[in-house]
Amino acid sequence: MHIMEGFLPAEHAAGWTLAAAPFVIRSARAVKRKMEAHPQAKLLLGLAGAFVFLLSALKLPSVTGSSSHPTGIGLGAILFGPEVMTLLGAMVLLFQALLLAHGGLTTLGANAFAMAIVGPWAAWGVYRLSRWSGASLAVSTFLASALGDLATYITTSIELALAFPDPAGGFPGAVLKFTGVFAVTQIPLAVSEGLLTVLVMNQIVMYNRDELQDLAFLSDEA
Amino acid sequence: MRVRSGGAVLALLVILLVAIPLALPAAHVGGGRFRGTDGKAVDVIVRMRPDYKPWFHSLWSPPSAEVESLLFAIEAAGGAGLVGYALGFARGRTRLQEQERRHVPH
Repeated sequence: MHIMEGFLPAEHAAGWTLAAAPFVIRSARAVKRKMEAHPQAKLLLGLAGAFVFLLSALKLPSVTGSSSHPTGIGLGAILFGPEVMTLLGAMVLLFQALLLAHGGLTTLGANAFAMAIVGPWAAWGVYRLSRWSGASLAVSTFLASALGDLATYITTSIELALAFPDPAGGFPGAVLKFTGVFAVTQIPLAVSEGLLTVLVMNQIVMYNRDELQDLAFLSDEA
Repeated sequence: MRVRSGGAVLALLVILLVAIPLALPAAHVGGGRFRGTDGKAVDVIVRMRPDYKPWFHSLWSPPSAEVESLLFAIEAAGGAGLVGYALGFARGRTRLQEQERRHVPH
């Protein structure tokens, strides 16, 4: 989902940066508020951030013959809410842009919009909907993290299609081309992300009861 | 015990999801070179807009694939280290609390 450095026209790069910036600022405030209100959840927040670093560093082969990586965003979005994950996701993207030449500074806004804004909000929305409809914690966690991951890659495809409409098929044609690259490859990876998120969530629910109650995360089932 | 074996099943499924594409004959997995999708998206752009020139370049790039894989390994190891520390810390703390509850005389 990294749009490479310089591969968005300047006005698109600027537009996405302007669109993402307020979310990042709000997120920084949300992180501060969350930590002041729930100081004992600091280690859990560290875990959520570390999970993003870990999963977004794993480039996994897919059945399409391409490789790509999961995002790890869903776990923290479920535990802490979507706002908090924007800052953490943007930090990971900045790290990768500066040290790994993956993504870039000019494309940071667009990449953050896909992975650190749409991803966590989609994961959180799917989680709430899934819990509301009566699904278990494990099933809801799986659906939220897998679909949040896919939503990120679809967003990247749309961002690229807006910048590079297909000469023949226009914007819809370009969306098809870019989702052909990103979204299909991502399906088995999104499943992997869902499974790994459930694996970690099971551990957290077993051994972090106090923190989860403090965050009012378990209130609806305890 | 039930939950622990559940974790093993989840981990095994992930390993299978990663291993199956690698084990399939290359013809079934689009040539089987497993290039990154980021690079393939650039190919699509270049094919549609051969005149497009990236207007900004990375300030720094890893000088070789080895250095790049080192940096990715550090990123993953750092992430995994903190995840393992946080999970292990919470697990040990829970065990201790349970032991204390058992040993406190009533």
